[in-house]
Amino acid sequence: MDLQTWTWVLVGITFTLYIGIAIWSRAGSTKEFYIAGGGVSPLANGLATAADWMSAASFISMAGLISFNGYDGSVYLMGWTGGYVLLALLLAPYLRKFGKFTVPDFIGDRYYSNVARTVAVFCALLVSFTYVAGQMRGVGLVFSRFLEVDINTGVIIGMIIVLFYAVLGGMKGITYTQVAQYFVLIFAFMVPAIFISIQMTGIAIPQIGFGGTDANGVFLLDKLDGLHRDLGFAEYTSGSKSKLDIFFITAALMAGTAGLPHVIVRFFTVKKVSDARKSAGWALLFIMILYTTAPAIAVFARTNMIETVSNQEYETLPDWFHTWEETGLLSFNDKNGDGRIQYTGDAEINELTIDKDIMVLANPEIAGLPNWVIALVAAGALAAALSTAAGLLLVISASVSHDLIKKMIKPDISEKGELVAARLSAVVAVCVAGYFGINPPDFVAATVALAFGLAAASFFPAIILGIFNKRMNKEGAIAGMVIGIVLMLFYMLKFKFNWFGGGTKDDWWFGISPEGFGTVAMIVNFVVSLVISKFTPAPPENVQEIVENIRIPSGAGEATH
Amino acid sequence: MYWKTNLKYLAILLVIWFVVSYGCGIIFVDELNTIKLGGFKLGFWFAQQGSIYVFTILIFVYIRLMNKLDKKYNLDS
Repeated sequence: MDLQTWTWVLVGITFTLYIGIAIWSRAGSTKEFYIAGGGVSPLANGLATAADWMSAASFISMAGLISFNGYDGSVYLMGWTGGYVLLALLLAPYLRKFGKFTVPDFIGDRYYSNVARTVAVFCALLVSFTYVAGQMRGVGLVFSRFLEVDINTGVIIGMIIVLFYAVLGGMKGITYTQVAQYFVLIFAFMVPAIFISIQMTGIAIPQIGFGGTDANGVFLLDKLDGLHRDLGFAEYTSGSKSKLDIFFITAALMAGTAGLPHVIVRFFTVKKVSDARKSAGWALLFIMILYTTAPAIAVFARTNMIETVSNQEYETLPDWFHTWEETGLLSFNDKNGDGRIQYTGDAEINELTIDKDIMVLANPEIAGLPNWVIALVAAGALAAALSTAAGLLLVISASVSHDLIKKMIKPDISEKGELVAARLSAVVAVCVAGYFGINPPDFVAATVALAFGLAAASFFPAIILGIFNKRMNKEGAIAGMVIGIVLMLFYMLKFKFNWFGGGTKDDWWFGISPEGFGTVAMIVNFVVSLVISKFTPAPPENVQEIVENIRIPSGAGEATH
Repeated sequence: MYWKTNLKYLAILLVIWFVVSYGCGIIFVDELNTIKLGGFKLGFWFAQQGSIYVFTILIFVYIRLMNKLDKKYNLDS
């Protein structure tokens, strides 16, 4: 069978599976819609969290980013996994004990204030929308490359699928489709990695393979460092970012991960506090499998790519090169007119531009793997993008129907009415996400990375202090969140979008990039919250009791309104 | 006492969390890179592999410790 038939078959099978699960697990109450009824097993929740978390960015972009940035790419690996330690130790068990439906629920109740709730809703929407647009784009990319449909048609097909199971099933439908999607995406990620690892090093485990030797007995990493030196790139295992910036970016990604609403809500779906801890453990174990494989793929792909194209005649290059050229994500500009590809770190004479996003998708083709493996990667990438998109859409719809409508605008809304509102907001959210997927504004790509900074600067300190500092009051928390997010937005707009006079790398404060600035904004949030709470009245007695109560695991009743 | 013990566990585990990632993977990466573990420079290995394994182990250790602690104080409902 040819590649396109294989892809249609595998994508068809997986999509049918997702729809089947959605019909089987449709939600009948708001509790099922928001938190899947609250009785998900820790193992299933771990699987779902892993799929929820691993997005198109993890599946498609991350290995590519590491492939191009070498050691510098470690920020994503450590940042996006280390956040789970914070989540499991500092957030998940207590938020589960608290027992509500959403993150703004916690902020609003703990800080006894609708102002705090509104700030939290605003932050949740800002973070989730920037994130979801990137997912839709990923879906479109896969469709256009592998199924040769128009990229916009691809986005619309993805929208319809997500719409179907998110609107019908709510959190319940999403949870069980995510379990299925985890298996699809991890299988799709591992199979080519194992194939290529055997091909290049003779070792079947990619995590060990990329520390192994090639056919000539040279360590793969030494060889790659050598290739990089020869071509004028920074050494692969050393990188080029400053240590301070690496430190701050990693911290921002960790705190951001722990503060992402669509990840946090997953821990509301289990029965008791110890289950919340357990699901965080399972989740990181399942994430670990992909995250420790990604740097191996990065090394294999980078070495293969350089060896296949560098200094080769354009005319003799394999087919995959030309098919990717058609997507515009790979381009060759023969500056010196010798018909050969000069690929170097020197922008003046470099003739090859490669979009980082194609590395994982093109990798099996570069390595000459069978068609079914390449098709599998397409199905896996779709699973990764759809599972995350669905989780984000649920946060958006819950923010509108629960936090805004039920808690603030119309508290006497009936259960049925709220469910209708939740479904309608999901529909609107999908349409907005699809619009941004089709017409990606320049800021989407830039802000996806910054969504973490925004989450770190707003939610993370407010939640941590809400649990670990009984004295923290609404004045402190609100001031901290507002100043944190405003500072982060200011820095981001100034250095990413040239507002407020703009600026270059040399103008960065303390040499910290906008991606790492979330850590600074987070520290400012902490300091402001603590100082202001010292000079303002302590929270009321009943709120202090709530804090005492969430610190004790027993008696975590069912989540309530 | 339950809360104090919990805080003590958190402090110990978070110190390890900091050392393997920020310590071995970032601050002392150059020093560790002079040591080789097979084909890996050690600092590079911690940044791209080791820290992630340790993170996962840390969570499972915490789960065990807390389950025991919950039992001791009869808080495991």
